[in-house]
Amino acid sequence: MNAQPQLSRRRFVVGSAAAIGGLSLGFHLPFSSEALAQGAPAAAPEVNAWVVVKPDETVVIRVARSEMGQGTLTGLAQLVAEELECDWSRVTTEFPGPSENLKRSRVWGNFSTGGSRGIRESEQLVRQGGAAARQMLITAAAQQWQVPAAECRAQKGVITHAASGRSTTFGAVATAAAKVPPPGAITLKDPKDWTIAGKPLPRLDTKDKLTGKQIYGADLNFPGMLNAAVKASPYFGGKIASFDADAIKDKPGVRKVVKLDDATVAVVADTWWHAKTALDALPITWDEGPHKALDSAAIAATLAEGLEAQDAFVGNSAGDAKGTLAKAAKTVTATYAYPFQNHATMEPMNATALFTDGRCEVWAPTQNGEASLAAAAEAAGLPPAQCEVHKLLLGGGFGRRGFQDYVRQAVLVAKQFPGTHVKLLWSREEDMLQGFYHPITQAKLTGSLDEQGNLTALHMRISGQSIMAFVRPEAMAGGMDPVVFQGLTPKSPEGMLGYSIPNILIDHAMRNPPVRPGFWRGVNLNQNAVYVECFMDELAHAAGIEPLAFRRKLMANHPKHLAVLNAAAERIGWDTPPPKGVARGCAQIMGFGSYVAAAAEVSVENGELKILRIVAATDPGHVVNPAQVERQVEGSFSYGLSASLYGECTVAGGRMEQENFDSYDVVHMHQMPKVETIAMPSGGFWGGVGEPTIAVAAPAVLNALFALTGKRIRTLPLKNHSLA
Amino acid sequence: MPRLNVNGQVREVDVDPDTPLLWVLREQLALTGTKFGCGIAMCGACTVHIDGVPTRSCGLPISAVEEAQKIVTIEGLSPDGSHPVQKAWLALDVPQCGYCQSGMIMAAASLLEQNPKPTDEIINQEITNICRCGTYNKVRAAIHMAAERGNAG
Repeated sequence: MNAQPQLSRRRFVVGSAAAIGGLSLGFHLPFSSEALAQGAPAAAPEVNAWVVVKPDETVVIRVARSEMGQGTLTGLAQLVAEELECDWSRVTTEFPGPSENLKRSRVWGNFSTGGSRGIRESEQLVRQGGAAARQMLITAAAQQWQVPAAECRAQKGVITHAASGRSTTFGAVATAAAKVPPPGAITLKDPKDWTIAGKPLPRLDTKDKLTGKQIYGADLNFPGMLNAAVKASPYFGGKIASFDADAIKDKPGVRKVVKLDDATVAVVADTWWHAKTALDALPITWDEGPHKALDSAAIAATLAEGLEAQDAFVGNSAGDAKGTLAKAAKTVTATYAYPFQNHATMEPMNATALFTDGRCEVWAPTQNGEASLAAAAEAAGLPPAQCEVHKLLLGGGFGRRGFQDYVRQAVLVAKQFPGTHVKLLWSREEDMLQGFYHPITQAKLTGSLDEQGNLTALHMRISGQSIMAFVRPEAMAGGMDPVVFQGLTPKSPEGMLGYSIPNILIDHAMRNPPVRPGFWRGVNLNQNAVYVECFMDELAHAAGIEPLAFRRKLMANHPKHLAVLNAAAERIGWDTPPPKGVARGCAQIMGFGSYVAAAAEVSVENGELKILRIVAATDPGHVVNPAQVERQVEGSFSYGLSASLYGECTVAGGRMEQENFDSYDVVHMHQMPKVETIAMPSGGFWGGVGEPTIAVAAPAVLNALFALTGKRIRTLPLKNHSLA
Repeated sequence: MPRLNVNGQVREVDVDPDTPLLWVLREQLALTGTKFGCGIAMCGACTVHIDGVPTRSCGLPISAVEEAQKIVTIEGLSPDGSHPVQKAWLALDVPQCGYCQSGMIMAAASLLEQNPKPTDEIINQEITNICRCGTYNKVRAAIHMAAERGNAG
C-alpha cells in the first residue's frame, strides 16, 4: 500500500534521463551538473551557440531570456528558426546556463528579462545566430558536394543544390557544419519575407501546462531534499530581537532553525508543510526598527510636501511654463496619487540550492539568470565559475523575479546542509510582505488654456519614490532618476511625450519612504499615463472641447502616437453616440519603445463599474508573433485594471497591511472586459509588448467613467471611491 | 494510517491528519500538478475534484476526506491530456505562465459536468480562480469550445 510514495524519494520526479538530455519540452536542463563537471556540452554537436541539430533532425534552439508567460521563448525561437530555415515542427528549446554564458564570453548576451526587452534587445543577436548556423550548414553540404555554397539553399531543414539535383538534411551535415568557420558577413531577411516569424504560431511551452507535468520551481523534488520556510522582518528596517528555537525543535520533521541574517529566520524540515507550520509556531520577537510609526498618511504627507517643494529634477522643459501659467487667464490644476502595489505572482518566490565542497548549484525561476548566479556565488562564498543556475519556467514574474533575495536565502540555508538539496519556498504572506513594491507617487498638474482652448503651458510636478535610487544608485544622473520620466521625455526612442506643448515643465521632487521599490510590470509608465491622460481629459473638458479632438490638436507632430490613438478610437466607434447609460474614454502613451492607445466603454450598475469593451492599439514596430501580442495586450489590461480598480498596499505601524489575496484583490473572470487588439506594426524600430498597454488601461477607463458620471477619480485605486 | 482514493488508486499516507490535502498530494504523493498559490482557498490554484465537486485543497485537512471519496487531480483528469477541456485549452493556446492553469482546468471541467452549456454569466460566476497573467478571456472561450466540441473535439 505504501509503495508509491517512496518513488519521489528515489528519483528526481521530472525524470532525470529526459532532463539531462535536454529533450524534455517542459523541463530544460541543458547543462546538467554531470555534463558541466565533465566540460561536455549537450549530446549532439552544436552548430553554433544558438543551434543544435540532432541526427534525428530535431533542432534545439537556445534561448537566453526567461519565460514567465510572456511568450518570449516561442518568439525568440521563431526569429532563430526564420533565419535558420529549419522545419518549425522539429524545433525544441533549451535555456543555456548563466555560468556557461560567462565561460563563453557571454556568447548569448544579456539574460535579463524585463523592461519588455526580451525580444527587442536580442532580435539582432538571435537572428544573426540563426543565419550564421544556416550558412555553416549550407557550407558543410556544399563542401561535401564540392559545389559553391552560393548555389545551395536551405528550406525547412533541407539543403538543396538545384543544378545537380542533390539534397541533404540539417541533421546529416550538422557535425561537419560545427567545424565550418562562422561566416564573416551576415545578411538578415527582410521582415516582409518572413514565413515563421511574424506568424501567430502556437507557443512551444503549452502542452505540459495542461496536464500538471510542467515542473515549476515550487514543484522541484530531489532525493533526500529538505524544505525551508522563511520569515523576514515585516517591519521596514526591522530586525529579529530574539526567537526561541527550542520551542519548535520537537515539531514533526524539523531539522534546524537557521538565522540567515539580522532580520531573517528559516525553519528547515523534511516537508515544506512541516517547515511552514513549525515556523508559524516559532516565537519571534521583532525589533520593529526606526520606522515603526510609519503609516500611509505620513507617506502621503511627505509626498504632498514634495508637490510644492522648490527643488526638483527636470525631465522635460521647453519655453517658460511657470511664467506662462502665472500670467494665464485660465488655468486648471489637479492632484493625483498612485499607491504601492505588490507583484503577486501566482507562484510564490522560491529557489532550490545544493551546496557541496567548492560548488553551488541553484534551480530558480528567475528573470535574470546571471543576477541569480551572482547572488548565489556571493551567498555561497564561491567564484561564479564554481556555481551554476538552472533556469526554470516562471509562475509569473512581472519584475519581481529580477530581484534575487530568495536565491540568496536558499543558498544560505543550503550551506547548512552540504550535499543536500534544500528547497526554500515563501508563503503567500511572506511574498506580500517582502515585496519590491510599485513605487508610490503623487503628481500635481497645472495647465493654462487660451481663449480658443489651446493648451499654452503645462507644469507637471511628480513627487515620490525613485526605483533607481534604491536599486541602481550608480545609474543615477547627478542624483536624478531618469526612469521616473518614462513616457514623458521630449525625445527618446524609449518613450517620448506625444504632445507638443509650447511651454512645458515636468519635474520630480524625489521623496523616498523607507519601503523598498522595484520594477513592477509597466514601471513608472503606469502612473505617468494616469496623470497625463486623465489630466488631458480634464483640460479638454475645461476648454469645452471633445477629449479626442483636444488631444489631436496637440499631436500633429507625433504621427505614430496619433495613429494608434485614432485606430483605437475608430474601432470603438468614437464618432457614433454610445448606447444610453454607456460612455467612452481614451488614452495614449509611448513606453518601452512602443506606441499604445486604448479606448474603453463603461457603464455603472448598482454603484459598480462595468467595463463593457476595451480596445487596444499598439505599434511595436515589428510583431514576431501576433497571437502572443494579443495575449500580452489582454494580460496587460488584466494587470493594469487589477491595479487601478483594487490594487493598493497600505502601510501601518511600519509594515505593509496586506498579506494575501483576501486583502489584496485582483481582477477575476467576471471583471475581465472583452478586449479587442489592433496590432499595427509600422516597421523601422523594435518596441516592447509585455508592458506598455498596462498604462493606458486605467486612464481610458477613468476618463470613460468621468464622461458617464462627472466623477473624476484622481486617487487610485477605484475601490476607495463610491460610484453610487 | 489515513487512506485516500486519488486518481483511482487507494493510497496510504503517513501524515498528521490536519495536514491539508494539497500538501499530501504534493509532498507525499508527488502529484505536483496541483499548485500552491495562497494557502487560504482564495486563488484556486490548488483546485481538485472530490466526488466531482471542485474543491480548494490548500485549506482542507485530510481528516475531512473519507477514503470512499474520489479525489481527482490534474494528473488524473485524463490519461493523456485528452479531456475536452484540455483539448480546447491546447487548441486556443490558453496558458501564459501556466501556474494557475491546473486549477483553472479542474474548475472548468467540473463546471461542464454540472452545466454542459454554460453562458458567459455562469462562467463568470463559477470560475473564480485567479490568473495574474490575464488569460481570463481565453479561458472563457476555451470553456465554450469544450462545451461545443465535447469529446468530439
